[in-house]
Amino acid sequence: MTTRIVELRQGVLKKNDELARKLRERFNASGVLVLNLVSSPGTGKTAFLERTLRELHQSGARVAALVGDLETDNDARRLAASGAPVRQINTHGICHLDAEMIDKHLDGWNLVDLDYLFIENVGNLVCPSSYDLGERIRVALLSVTEGEDKPLKYPTLFNSADAAIITKIDIAEAVGFDRAAALQSIDSIRPGIRVFETSARSGAGMDTWLAYLKAQR
Amino acid sequence: MHELSLASSIVDAVTESLASYPGARVKEVRLRVGALAAVEEESLQFCFGIATENTPLAGSKLAVVIVPVGGHCPTCAKDVEIASLRSFRCPVCGGPVENTSRGRELEIDSIEIEDEEETVQS
Repeated sequence: MTTRIVELRQGVLKKNDELARKLRERFNASGVLVLNLVSSPGTGKTAFLERTLRELHQSGARVAALVGDLETDNDARRLAASGAPVRQINTHGICHLDAEMIDKHLDGWNLVDLDYLFIENVGNLVCPSSYDLGERIRVALLSVTEGEDKPLKYPTLFNSADAAIITKIDIAEAVGFDRAAALQSIDSIRPGIRVFETSARSGAGMDTWLAYLKAQR
Repeated sequence: MHELSLASSIVDAVTESLASYPGARVKEVRLRVGALAAVEEESLQFCFGIATENTPLAGSKLAVVIVPVGGHCPTCAKDVEIASLRSFRCPVCGGPVENTSRGRELEIDSIEIEDEEETVQS
């Protein structure tokens, strides 16, 4: 018997990363801006996306969404009411979306006909941070009902985000939300990141968010 | 809880690399994991045990080396290491650290294998 060391130097997520790179090239070539929305369950990703899709759709932008959940197509049905094409991705127990799921669910969509494609990830602040989906902008969402220190508890996701959204600000006062502490914890993990303070219900902050989206195109 | 998916990916990648070493048994897999890779080692070790069953990796050891987080400080114009995951600021000047380039690794560094002695050709 002989024992030997074989150098591999290979990324564990190599397959996902390679596919994500191809997707990113495809998205760039088609001129579609792709965003990956990540948060814990209950932050209000779907309500926020509903309002974003509706307002963009009404302003004449061509939008579409892919929405990930373990089970049910409830969110896709909710989002489709905006008038935008929406597809549900059911992961059946898997806690994150990966590049292959995105690739499969793009079938039949002509990307050059889209201005924006939103991907709503599975509600989870840990696993989605490891999986590149080929997006240009990764958005981390945090609601006023969650702890202000959540970014400190989940640095991997917040540090990899390109923009942060604070949701449900219409109830901030009622739940005793400490705005300064939340902004500080976001800034500790991702110094200088753009933060949007929004309410999907009242519409507060949506104009600034939509202006940002238009400027990114 | 994506450690089982990761463990399966490790098994697939290692099994593929064994094609050049027919009959070899894996003794150890050496993994580099960034402190910011969102991987829980204990959970990964547990899942590795399950994922390797009935594969050439069965019974092998998973050795994990944690890679600290580092990035570029534009103010100091050099690469710095981040001391705490609670603050992504330069330990020298306190300025924001851009693109954390190290600390997200999830890489199979090497494997230790055992195989039959090759017939030495003279």
